[in-house]
Amino acid sequence: MTEPSSPSSFELVCPAGSLPALKAAVDNGADCVYLGFRDATNARNFAGLNFDEAAIAQGIAYAKARGRKVLLALNTYPQPGMEALWRGAIERAAGAGVDAVILADPGLMRYAAERFPQLRLHLSVQGSATNVEAIAFYRRHFGIARAVLPRVLSLAQVEHVVANTDVEIEVFGFGSLCVMVEGRCALSSYATGESPNTHGVCSPARAVRWENGPRGLESRLNGVLIDRYAEHEHASYPTLCKGRFDVADETYYAIEEPASLNTLELLPRLMEIGVRAVKIEGRQRSPAYVAQVTRVWRDAIDAARGNAARFAVKPDWMNQLNALAEGQQHTLGAYHRAWK
Amino acid sequence: MRIAVGPLLYYWPRATVMSFYEEVAAGPADIVYLGETVCSRRHELRAADWIAVAELLRGAGKEVVLSSMALLESSADVTALRKLAQNGRFEIEANDMGAVQLTDGRPFVAGPHLNIYNGGTLQLLHSMGARRWVMPLEMSRKSLEVLQAARPAGMETEVFALGRMPLAFSARCFTARHRNLPKDDCRFSCIAHPDGLRMDTREGQPFLVLNGIQTQSAAVYNLAGEYDALAASGVDVLRISPQSAHTGSIVAHFDALRRGADAAATAANVTALLPDAACNGYWHGRPGLELAGRAA
Repeated sequence: MTEPSSPSSFELVCPAGSLPALKAAVDNGADCVYLGFRDATNARNFAGLNFDEAAIAQGIAYAKARGRKVLLALNTYPQPGMEALWRGAIERAAGAGVDAVILADPGLMRYAAERFPQLRLHLSVQGSATNVEAIAFYRRHFGIARAVLPRVLSLAQVEHVVANTDVEIEVFGFGSLCVMVEGRCALSSYATGESPNTHGVCSPARAVRWENGPRGLESRLNGVLIDRYAEHEHASYPTLCKGRFDVADETYYAIEEPASLNTLELLPRLMEIGVRAVKIEGRQRSPAYVAQVTRVWRDAIDAARGNAARFAVKPDWMNQLNALAEGQQHTLGAYHRAWK
Repeated sequence: MRIAVGPLLYYWPRATVMSFYEEVAAGPADIVYLGETVCSRRHELRAADWIAVAELLRGAGKEVVLSSMALLESSADVTALRKLAQNGRFEIEANDMGAVQLTDGRPFVAGPHLNIYNGGTLQLLHSMGARRWVMPLEMSRKSLEVLQAARPAGMETEVFALGRMPLAFSARCFTARHRNLPKDDCRFSCIAHPDGLRMDTREGQPFLVLNGIQTQSAAVYNLAGEYDALAASGVDVLRISPQSAHTGSIVAHFDALRRGADAAATAANVTALLPDAACNGYWHGRPGLELAGRAA
């Protein structure tokens, strides 16, 4: 149903955890930036990051003066008895003049659709919509304009979804690889009491401990041993699904290796099948990181637009992205069927 | 309170499944959820077999609900979901918004994976036909009680009260990965692990359980000791998730609870029947793996 996206309508969506990061994204070629408030309505609720009203006003002015869009993520689930905080955030977002809000909770979506019918709604990846019927649900009841797909579909499955919905589809291009279906993972709260759905965090920093023991450097999450490193090994943040564990007397990365998702090589194909936007993950990252990743992806998108048939990933792009990737490794994740 | 036997989360041989449900049919559970909710590659029982089991249980006086998959990826998954939603004989438990879309106003049960965290969403789903909802696993008693106050008239509340908790779903099959097999050629590895494949930390602490594309808690959620609080919170249904041994005895213990058995003593008796340590942290607003509050 969707027209193949004309190359000019394919959007690069970049993270802005702060005003300097927003400016770095805009200055380096982002078509859209996404950001969030400095509270529990935001699934990247990290200390010292995110936006208050004044910073959002400045950010919107900066982006709009340069013809770019600002998307606001309200992508946690309102907790019982605290709905006023999330509803207030919808009002603040509408008042600030953002181009769209990114929502996960159906109740909040209904509130937004009824109170602010002109406000453009995007279904957050935390909404866990992996199939055409789920997307149809959000379209039918709330009129969503775009859905962000969880990082669990193969390229062929993405293509099938795009071909069978009139909702714009956005996919993840680069950044941390979430192995589980976003919005359906309670592993973090199982270990620490806080999860993306309830507190906007996964493997929260306050629960992390690093200890140098007799058997090497150990990382723990609320006391649970996530990994132990030999001297030559690169230690990474103890996201609990990316640790080494014992299964039937074998020690390995039982769920996933620490690596970043990188779909640069799929870019012409994503454009061809009608994906409308590619998202760069990382609102917790520095402005320098945002600038560099945005620049590489801008160059790659422009090259793919110019001549998709002859598109080739430049080694220099990959080198730059690998240097920024988790464990300096990248993967196509689930887009590549063999990953499974 | 009524007792429900939740959907079978593991891959058991066909004969084992059949004898399991014969035992359930003869026992005191009131509600039985049936069907494959984890992986579409598992088909010891086909859709028609599940319907036959459903008829057996209905004949034994049980309320039967057909549970839908939590993660639907392929168009074949969606086709199977359409058939399930339109079976015309049994209500379904929706575990994905795609299933809610396909119920098209018919009554359904809103499953534990729909992310109902607040009154607005609870009321919305009720307006779409949900007559019962299952609380998210990670929700506390305190949050539940706030939600119960906002519960629409006629909406029943169910709580996952016993079993290893299904905490996450992925495209990747961790059981196949353990054998270095691709997901598409998994050789049905799950069938070797009737209570899942345990994953321990490198210092031997049981942590999680690999169950195909699903990740479960290693510790077993046991709310038997919280029976009075569950009743006081207005919970209508307690869900017992099947495990490979002792499910019938566990159902009997929960049946004794509603006939006045001592909660603390029952919790201890139930704990002795579990494949791993008990936990109840979520109910107390704590990390899920903890065992907090009253003995469980």
